[in-house]
Amino acid sequence: MSTAAMSGSAPRVRGLARRRGVSIVMITLTCIAAALAVVPLVVILGYLLKQGAGALSLDFFTHMPVPVGEPHGGMANAILGTLLLIGLASVVGLPVGIGAGLYMAENRGTGLANLVRFLADVLNGLPSIVMGIFAWQFLVRPFGHFSALAGGAAIGAMMIPLVSRTTEEMVRTVPQSLREAALALGYPRWRTSLQIVLRTALGGIVTGVLVAVARVAGETAPLLFTALGNNFWSLNLSKPIAALPLQIFSYAISPYDEWHAQAWAGALVLIVLVLVISILARYVTRSRHGGGGD
Amino acid sequence: MIDAVSLRGESPNGTVPPGEANNAMSSLALDAYFGATHAVRSVTLDFPTNEVTAVIGPSGCGKSTFLRCLNRMHETVPRARVEGTVMFHGQDIYGPDVDPIALRRHVGMVFQRPTPFPTMSIRDNVAAGLRAQPSERLSSRQVDEVVERALRQAALWDEVKDRLKTSATGISGGQQQRLCIARALATAPHVLLLDEPTAALDPISAQKVEELVYELRKVMTVIIVTHNMQQAARVSDRTVFMLMGEMVETAPTRRMFTTPSDPRTEAYITGRFG
Repeated sequence: MSTAAMSGSAPRVRGLARRRGVSIVMITLTCIAAALAVVPLVVILGYLLKQGAGALSLDFFTHMPVPVGEPHGGMANAILGTLLLIGLASVVGLPVGIGAGLYMAENRGTGLANLVRFLADVLNGLPSIVMGIFAWQFLVRPFGHFSALAGGAAIGAMMIPLVSRTTEEMVRTVPQSLREAALALGYPRWRTSLQIVLRTALGGIVTGVLVAVARVAGETAPLLFTALGNNFWSLNLSKPIAALPLQIFSYAISPYDEWHAQAWAGALVLIVLVLVISILARYVTRSRHGGGGD
Repeated sequence: MIDAVSLRGESPNGTVPPGEANNAMSSLALDAYFGATHAVRSVTLDFPTNEVTAVIGPSGCGKSTFLRCLNRMHETVPRARVEGTVMFHGQDIYGPDVDPIALRRHVGMVFQRPTPFPTMSIRDNVAAGLRAQPSERLSSRQVDEVVERALRQAALWDEVKDRLKTSATGISGGQQQRLCIARALATAPHVLLLDEPTAALDPISAQKVEELVYELRKVMTVIIVTHNMQQAARVSDRTVFMLMGEMVETAPTRRMFTTPSDPRTEAYITGRFG
């Protein structure tokens, strides 16, 4: 009996050694993969810092673009333009995205909710250049001129699927018992959705919104035929407007070294902007979980 | 007094008819369904004013579903359906011109698990039901008064009076459940429905809720669903026994637990099934 147990345990130990070996190999491989996943971001950030930091100065944020050869050129108009475009995109994308997400979550399983979800996924997969062409067709051509509004609408439409899917997922995490509690208190269904459910899910939705903003802030293709770009200071929403990605694009393809340096600096500012928004999104998520109690 | 309550979207007047001997609520041949499942079968019951009625029965006997028919919460579930009549202050709550939203302000409900609104402070939780009534605009001071009254009624005031502005999720489970009772009481309902209100609580918290229920009969009618027979015996004036969707027996609680008339009731309360 005891010998049988002994002989039975011996091969098991040999198998264990082999499994340990396989485990070490696999852990090493996944560690390498994880490191490789981080490498592009680190390399890009490092290279941008090396190339762009030199051209970065206070002038870059406060001055307008200048002709080649003149000193103290900046991208103040492009930075303002990008912020304005993000604002416009939010005006278009947030109400529609959050509303659609709330509808999909609160009317789960209905035909329309499934259709909207499917179409939102299709919209999410739409190449951004196609979005730009459509915005040009319907918001630029009929009016005869490029405009900030058209650009904002184009990237706002890109935000819709991102925002609606996060909203739907966050609203789904709100327990059904909270809805029932509100209904039992005499809340109409729409007030339950807006004042109880949406408010409870708000932390997660804000995170999703910030991720969507970070995502569209660097979009270039949809702006090429809509916002167009502008070398001057402009707050007129019906006129072409500058944007960081557009300015980077036009400076990068120019033959001048000064402009190349400016493009690097612009890229650095853009990526830092996106990083800040992403970090903000993480912070909002964490404070939500920290403040939850229970 | 019958006209005192309107179920067409106005606010409750907050008073219980004094010395009224009739029933706060009555169900007549009430049936409830989930799709094809017949969960409540032709239940006819009277709930006398200012009494505590306990509804007992094994799991799945339809007692919670029956309770949820009394404030029209059952119909909020997809594919759920109700047939029959529930009389409340001389009106059939399933009548064509009854607004379920208005009804639910007169018939409060507390659920098995505490459901404080996590985004709101303790004060705002209690006041939540007031804010759901658009016709009634109370000043901040009036709201504070209602909040204090409701929290005192729920025997929670002394424990939370110094942290009314803090999050409602920061208090214990038992306190959260009493907070939910206070929230239901703030709108001064005529009837309070309790759906296994102590099932998720520790014994001491459960005892506090039971004491509370015992006190509440002075000002309102309480219907409590419980699977705890000792609880039913302790807090209720009348007990209803349900089995497989049917109302088997109803009697004053003492008689129910000493000399039940139906053999199934006797089998259940002596612990032979369920």
